[in-house]
Amino acid sequence: MEELQSCQIDKIKEICRSFNNAEGELINVLHKTQETFGYLPESVQRLIAAELNISAAQVYGVVSFYTFFTMKPKGKFPISICLGTACYVRGAEDVVDEFKKALDIKVGEVTPDGKFSLDCLRCVGACGLAPVVLIGDKVHGRLEANQVKELLAQYE
Amino acid sequence: MSRYKMHLLVCGGTGCRSSESDLIVENLKKVLQEKGLDGDAQVVQTGCFGFCEQGPIVKVLPDNTFYTSVKPSDAEGIIAEHVLKGRKVERLLYKDPKQQTVVSDSKHMEFYQKQIRIALRNCGFIDPENIDEYIARDGYAALAKVLEEMTPEAAIDLLKKSGLRGRGGGGFPTGLKWELAHKNKAGQKYVVCNADEGDPGAFMDRSILEGDPHSVIEAMAICGYCIGATKGMVYIRAEYPLAIQRLKIALNQARDYGLLGNSILGSKHSFDIELRYGAGAFVCGEETALIHSMEGQRGEPTVKPPFPAESGYLGKPTNVNNVETFANIPAIYLRGAEWFLSIGTAKSKGTKVFALAGKINNVGLIEVPMGITLREVIYEIGGGIKDGKKFKAVQTGGPSGGCLTEKDLDTPIDFDNLLAVGSMMGSGGMIVMDENDCMVSVAKFYLDFTVEESCGKCAPCRVGNKRLYELLNKITNGKGTEEDLEQLRNMSVVIKDTALCGLGQTSPNPVLSTMENFADEYAAHIHDQHCPSGQCKALRQYFILSEKCVGCTACSKVCPSEAISGEKRQAHLIDQIKCIRCGACMEKCKFSAIIIPSTKI
Repeated sequence: MEELQSCQIDKIKEICRSFNNAEGELINVLHKTQETFGYLPESVQRLIAAELNISAAQVYGVVSFYTFFTMKPKGKFPISICLGTACYVRGAEDVVDEFKKALDIKVGEVTPDGKFSLDCLRCVGACGLAPVVLIGDKVHGRLEANQVKELLAQYE
Repeated sequence: MSRYKMHLLVCGGTGCRSSESDLIVENLKKVLQEKGLDGDAQVVQTGCFGFCEQGPIVKVLPDNTFYTSVKPSDAEGIIAEHVLKGRKVERLLYKDPKQQTVVSDSKHMEFYQKQIRIALRNCGFIDPENIDEYIARDGYAALAKVLEEMTPEAAIDLLKKSGLRGRGGGGFPTGLKWELAHKNKAGQKYVVCNADEGDPGAFMDRSILEGDPHSVIEAMAICGYCIGATKGMVYIRAEYPLAIQRLKIALNQARDYGLLGNSILGSKHSFDIELRYGAGAFVCGEETALIHSMEGQRGEPTVKPPFPAESGYLGKPTNVNNVETFANIPAIYLRGAEWFLSIGTAKSKGTKVFALAGKINNVGLIEVPMGITLREVIYEIGGGIKDGKKFKAVQTGGPSGGCLTEKDLDTPIDFDNLLAVGSMMGSGGMIVMDENDCMVSVAKFYLDFTVEESCGKCAPCRVGNKRLYELLNKITNGKGTEEDLEQLRNMSVVIKDTALCGLGQTSPNPVLSTMENFADEYAAHIHDQHCPSGQCKALRQYFILSEKCVGCTACSKVCPSEAISGEKRQAHLIDQIKCIRCGACMEKCKFSAIIIPSTKI
């Protein structure tokens, strides 16, 4: 298990305190923590459990339930491909395949150099631009499979 | 707004912002300033116009000129021509694809002609970050009217009379829901707005919150007065950062104006709203799951009754309504129940917002009166099927709905009619599919979604949907049997009857409706190991058209399984047994000589 540094411990305790260490605020605490650290490893979950006075299993139960929370760090440029229905019928699957091929990783993985991570999500609501891919916060619309390599090159 | 001669409204919805509409706003403002025109024309970033296909949109008032596909670099031209000289920028005007004529005025666009905007009344008209613009369009007048002139009972009565039904999918009468919460005598009650829009391909709730957040806040305050609640909460997806930001701004402005907080508008009613964030779980759209999630737990549903109106958030009576439902409410109180009753069909009143997407020319957000037909929506508002292809099906109701075909196109859309033809209203996703879409794969796509989103609490949904998915996967790989079809049907019925919540009770709908409407397609996959639309990769067949093949040998060189034979400058041939269906040959062929035939060779 990854050891937390004392400054990280202080920061997490501070987040918990800002929500009055209340059990009912668990999801808000997790949102804030993930925003600060990027992901929620086991050590972080255990610390939050202790601070809110609930079991680690309860925290893990919530973290693993919601897809927004992640226990693994993302790449420097996180790639999220929309697999909403509108994107699906406009060829999002081919785009996913192309990303997998170009980066040589599976969905949910990070490239060995930590640069890119690949995930799928359900509908960002920009259906007019389908198929849509998010890299970081930037939305790339009307993306054809054969444009994937070119797009990745922009992030080299 | 009177001191300006002209207003430039720029769409600031997520779709248009993804195409740099915020840069357009910046550039327009910059050019206006440079030319010393910033006292004459005002740039306003509004909510979604709905015509997402042609975004980013810039609309010029007072003449209603509608510019499409605007780029940040067009700012200079719009101002130099339109603002300064009063001449429209021809090249940015919308071109009607049927008439091939230029339409400059949004009122004359077919996309807008059959729409009636109630929930979206302010989207694309006002700056959502400025409460004064909302108030200028009668904002908060409904709240004032209810607080000053009506008792909670009278207000609930009016809502019941209007016939408004929940827009989140279920279609439960909203007035009745409020009455149940009102009658409960508990001390603390809660008003919850369900903004956990999870239906893939539906984005109306987000657009309303981005374009007109005050309409939802106003309606929640009215609801609080009616049911006797002082606390409201909006449960919103964390994936909607722009909607969250605008909602936060709106809440602060409402508090500053005394429209939220203690003794609103001098009345005895106090009400405030806080935000709660979802974390990406489709099942949280179900109200009991949503309430558990708000309490910081896993978003698992519980059996109803007890309904949230009796025991909801922290065990207190809670009224949960969807964003679009709330957005309708201020208009109903201002214009009266009679007015609302005059729109729609016998049992479904008012309008419904749909997110029109898929293989259609005009992708976008539309609001139409109940009772309009699917044909009008697809062919008139939607502008028909993309690339002149043939219409195959329209999917409504998302993962809970079904696929409707040509024979259903003249059905008037309302809650009951859609159910009767085997689909449902749902939250309002409407995905159009053309001849290239394989309906077995579409059913599999939805089941894949349900399997991933099932919370796992009840066995029918957790295990049953997984089994359905496996059977569909078998069929799309050409390994299905006649017994599998029977099992698909039986299991679907069992899951519908026994699942705990709305997710499982409706998840087999895409399977049942495609089996009903596209039996021949299932049969082709099973008996001929053939996918008529050529979408199922494992069943694809590649074929070389001898009349087009010039014998360049590019295909045979790239084929990894040496399945292509033929002499140089002679037509080539694919050995179907050796072919591993990778598609490399088709990608390589420069002469379009390799095709995927729609019937089995």
